[in-house]
Amino acid sequence: MEQRWTRKDLLSLEDLSDWEINLILDTAQEFKKVSQRKVKKVPALRGKTVVNFFIEPSTRTRISFELAEQRLSADIINVSASSSSISKGETLLDTAKNIEALQVDLIVMRHSAAGAPNFIASRVKSGVINAGDGAHSHPTQALLDLFTIREKKGKIKGLNVSIIGDILHSRVARSDLWGLLSLGANVTLAGPATLVPREFAKIDRVKVCHNMREAVEGADVINLLRIQHERQRAGFFPSINEYSNVFGLSKETMKYVKPDALIMHPGPINRGVELDSSIADGSQSVILEQVTNGLAVRMAVLFLVAGCLKND
Amino acid sequence: MTEKNSWIIKGGRLIDPVRGIDEIRDIGIMDGFVADVAEVPSSAQTIMAEGLIVAPGLIDMHVHLRQPGKTAAETIATGTFAAAAGGFTSILPMPNTSPVADTPASIEYIRAHALREGVVKVLPVGAMTKGSEGKEMAGIGGLKKAGVVALSDDGKCVQNHEIMRHLVEYSKSFNLPILDHCEDEILMSGGVMHDGYWSVILGMRGITSAVEEMMVARDVILARMAGWKIHIQHISARESIELVRNARRRGIMISAEATPHHIALTDECVKNFDTNYKMNPPLRSEDDRQAIIAALKDGTISVIASDHAPHTETEKLVEFDYAPFGIVGLETAVSICLTELYHKGYLTLSELISKWTKGPAEVLGLDIGTLNEGMPADITIIDTETEFVIDKERFLSKSRNTPFHGCKVKGRPVATIVNGIFVHNLMS
Ligand SMILES: [Zn+2]
Repeated sequence: MEQRWTRKDLLSLEDLSDWEINLILDTAQEFKKVSQRKVKKVPALRGKTVVNFFIEPSTRTRISFELAEQRLSADIINVSASSSSISKGETLLDTAKNIEALQVDLIVMRHSAAGAPNFIASRVKSGVINAGDGAHSHPTQALLDLFTIREKKGKIKGLNVSIIGDILHSRVARSDLWGLLSLGANVTLAGPATLVPREFAKIDRVKVCHNMREAVEGADVINLLRIQHERQRAGFFPSINEYSNVFGLSKETMKYVKPDALIMHPGPINRGVELDSSIADGSQSVILEQVTNGLAVRMAVLFLVAGCLKND
Repeated sequence: MTEKNSWIIKGGRLIDPVRGIDEIRDIGIMDGFVADVAEVPSSAQTIMAEGLIVAPGLIDMHVHLRQPGKTAAETIATGTFAAAAGGFTSILPMPNTSPVADTPASIEYIRAHALREGVVKVLPVGAMTKGSEGKEMAGIGGLKKAGVVALSDDGKCVQNHEIMRHLVEYSKSFNLPILDHCEDEILMSGGVMHDGYWSVILGMRGITSAVEEMMVARDVILARMAGWKIHIQHISARESIELVRNARRRGIMISAEATPHHIALTDECVKNFDTNYKMNPPLRSEDDRQAIIAALKDGTISVIASDHAPHTETEKLVEFDYAPFGIVGLETAVSICLTELYHKGYLTLSELISKWTKGPAEVLGLDIGTLNEGMPADITIIDTETEFVIDKERFLSKSRNTPFHGCKVKGRPVATIVNGIFVHNLMS
């Protein structure tokens, strides 16, 4: 039986079943081919209006979404506001209701508060695509990671994937985790104990560790997360220098990395902090391909979600 | 109806934990006071209470009435209407209004409004530090004269242990217990939900159990040093309960209250980001919930209090991170506790009613919560068997911020009598 996409929103990978994730990845595969053609534009979203509603600043994700929307021939509106200006008067719900009143089909939403897209999605008719909410979820990032792994490794089931860094504050880690588990991978979460909550180890097929050698040995994929300086100020570790010495991927640690392991990073990278500069540019790195695949994955998500809106 | 009315409540099961009574017994009311049934005139009206529980008027030791300051969410009047509907004849409003109730004049204001517009008894609580800022002692002697029954900086917690030490000692001179909202503000560090499996899954800032436990431990030490009472408000974590249990065994004057929401709900409820599950202390794990129930059973927790915290819909309909803490509880407390504690077999009716009568009376050191002849006829009549669905639209509170809307429950107060006058009556 053919399984069809039926969700008006994409909020989190935790909600999706494996066939839904695979459907997105397969669709992205088709769109990736489009991106390699001379004429890169398709009319799939012609006549549809997409609002990029970014309440937390973002450059990379917003550009990726905007380009994906252009390639699908959608009409695009960009609304950005700092969360402080929202809290001054109009509530988030008011703003979203106003956007909806403009007969908008899709809202691509980025917000600093976990669950904000869930809160809005249940209260508007427009489709809502989560472009990152606090430390909760960033489904399109995880989908592009899955897409990249599947493309490079030919499968995901049975792979050992290590995610290293500030897991506590990372929506990328939380989204990757659900996607990887649902497609059958084993996941290791690594970093200093202040940034890797041990509660994660309660989940089946998830391991928590605090040692780089242990984290990289036997891994088929190594995903390094961006470390933010403000975490040092908040006392999670003593200095960026110590962080990179102990938890950065150095040439020395590379000795323990399988020669065919993929090195990933959601970007933007801090060269010399999360990983040695030469590793970022090395043959095992797929960091730039992740960016390319992000476009295809976002086209697929926009296409699928738009396809099941009620007002069709 | 006037106060001169006489009544006989017939055939009900009288449960009066202070006097150790649990039996079918008639109750007489004359001129607003409990009277010997034999002396009630034959012209008295009869209330048939067969199959119902007749209890001393229930006392809710922890409510927020929002007046003065935030009357869009609640007023002294509407708060007492909600209390009456919920079966409570006496309530203790916390002083964290705007301005904070830290002077005799602010206490007189509360009492005047309660007398004029309220329908149940309002026993005021004064702030223990000026503005509840935790820095300077409030005029506790003056507050006592103005009629406060306890002291609290609820919503905040005195962080300086030296100041707290003096507060406990000083309040002893006035026989005023301290009701403490235990929270280490530095450890709290912007948390919005319990720090545990679900905060990790949801990526939300956690409030560790240690936030509460640190201050409970501090309070145990200071209560021991001063030889005086500290009552732990809305206790939520297994570890803090263990501290209280040990302290009570050693004879230290520590008591604790639990809320119906900590009895009925856990942090997993937060997974849909509904802000009606956001409160402080937060809903904790199932293990903590079980610890609360066990502590209610063994007497470590002697009081159930609602922490009725009204907020308008506008305030609550926002991102989870930005929503204020707190939910209303006066009108659901009895039904939730009957359902979760009595019908599930954890507590007997007498044990449950004790948490709203004997427990508060002991903490406050007042001769209330019992039905001795000659005492004011404050009575709650409870039907333990009727099932119904909680409907927030029927609340008398000005606010609707409840997580229990739509919940099927069993049992409710059917009449609330204050000074011999019905202020809530579903019986006729
Ligand atoms: Zn409190």
